[in-house]
Amino acid sequence: MYTEKVMDHFSNPRNVGELKDYNAVGEVGNAKCGDIMRIYLKIEDDIIQDVSFKTFGCGAAIATSSIATELIKGKHVDEALTLTNKAVIEALDGLPPAKIHCSVLAEEAVKEAIADYKKKQGIIIETHNQCDNCCREDR
Amino acid sequence: MMNNKNIYLDHAATTMVDNKVLEMMLPWYTEHYGNPSSIYSIGRESKQVIENARQTVADIFNCKKSEIYFTSCGTESNNWALKGIAYANKSKGNHIITTNIEHHAVLHTLEYLGKHGFEITYVPVEKNGIVDAEKIRQAIKKETILISVMFANNEIGTIQPIEEIGKIAKENGVLFHTDAVQAAGTLTIDVEKMNIDLMSISAHKFYGPKGVGVLFVRRGVKIDNLLHGGGQEKTRRAGTENIASIVGLAAALEKAVENMEEYNEHIRKLRDLTAQEVIKRIPETIINGDLEKRLPGNINFSFKYIEGESLLLFLDMNHIFASSGSACTSGSLDPSHVLLALGLPHEIAHGSLRLTFGWDNDEEDVETVVSQLVTIVQRLREMSPLYNK
Ligand SMILES: Cc1ncc(COP(=O)(O)O)c(C=O)c1O
Ligand code: FES
Repeated sequence: MYTEKVMDHFSNPRNVGELKDYNAVGEVGNAKCGDIMRIYLKIEDDIIQDVSFKTFGCGAAIATSSIATELIKGKHVDEALTLTNKAVIEALDGLPPAKIHCSVLAEEAVKEAIADYKKKQGIIIETHNQCDNCCREDR
Repeated sequence: MMNNKNIYLDHAATTMVDNKVLEMMLPWYTEHYGNPSSIYSIGRESKQVIENARQTVADIFNCKKSEIYFTSCGTESNNWALKGIAYANKSKGNHIITTNIEHHAVLHTLEYLGKHGFEITYVPVEKNGIVDAEKIRQAIKKETILISVMFANNEIGTIQPIEEIGKIAKENGVLFHTDAVQAAGTLTIDVEKMNIDLMSISAHKFYGPKGVGVLFVRRGVKIDNLLHGGGQEKTRRAGTENIASIVGLAAALEKAVENMEEYNEHIRKLRDLTAQEVIKRIPETIINGDLEKRLPGNINFSFKYIEGESLLLFLDMNHIFASSGSACTSGSLDPSHVLLALGLPHEIAHGSLRLTFGWDNDEEDVETVVSQLVTIVQRLREMSPLYNK
């Protein structure tokens, strides 16, 4: 059901845990849906020097968090903001349809963390951190 | 650290076919393949072996041979019982009572009937996963035609007060169906004593083949056909009989009943040891469902702060096969209706693990599984934003 890439990131997740000296953090999802993702960033001069995550969720949720941290590490925050869930899926060589939701969470968690950084600089950017009942639909 | 031997801990999902049972089945595919409805000798042989199987099953449940019908699975038996009773007794009423922890083969069938003019009452179970028979009694009204309550639950193994409900149904002139798919072969079932009018069974849960089941229908009960066609099963269930599987069902059931005591002792011992060790070695673990009124081979845990699918994947990588109440695995992100029915919050219901034991397990398996669980649960908790230790 999962690609090798997903299984690799699930069983050996990159950048797990809480960064000691992070200066921005973003959390999305909720326990009710079965997924919570939190991304920690250490940003210097708008460059993401370091990143880590903590995730409560299924195998795909852990894998999408892990790959998302890899995709934004070392990037300029404005470039990281353009990360899409599609890019996350591609980087994992695909996700089962029922797990697309997890890639959306990863994208949103990154945005949320960057928004936290920007907020501290007085810049408000729009994010989409709310349960939109995407996984509560009749399935 | 890695475990290389396959450890199967999902006997409630299905079991392997017993070798002796398989041996008895094989000739009915190749040597004696006659259609039981044919009049020549190889047809009559097939007919006879089916009737023998029917007698075996009837003796085990204390009913008449003519009250046993073979079906293609537990799901068909449930569909037939519910739809067949509903449509045949429509003139008497349109109300059906069930619980909120039934298998989907019952719940989704009743949902369908709900869209076709029937009214369904879902009596909620208590916190221990057992329905209060009095609440079933209170739900009965003048339009009630059927009560359907499972004998034992597939996820948490809780055993329902079937005899009490049977008595209530009889006193009120309401028919009583029980989905005994998880109970048959492990618990003693007497349809007379328990006032059961209809009962569903499936062979693959007791070391028989998949794709064959039984519906017991008490004599005189008015029931419509589900499958219309040829005259098989006394014109009640059309379709050429799956002779080998029917032979397998009866042989497996007979063997299960013969060895019931020994089997239950074996799986209970492993189950209890697992429960004890897990609770001792993994903090913040909950056992779901009543501990006493429970199938001997079932245990269901919730590990706080983690999600079930990731737990299953790690177990699978270590060759341990189990299942989770978190239905995430089946494509929906909703946790199991059974765990929610116990009143568990969503995040705890998401972190559940069901282990169900069988003949092929031993104490070494328990030790392996427990030590793997200790590692995996800790690892996932350290990844979890809900865990703050
Ligand atoms: C309680 C219960 N009812 C019904 C079924 C369905 O049986 P079958 O798989 O034979 O259709 C199962 C097993 O999956 C079950 O556990
Ligand atoms: S994020 Fe809340 S339902 Fe999917």
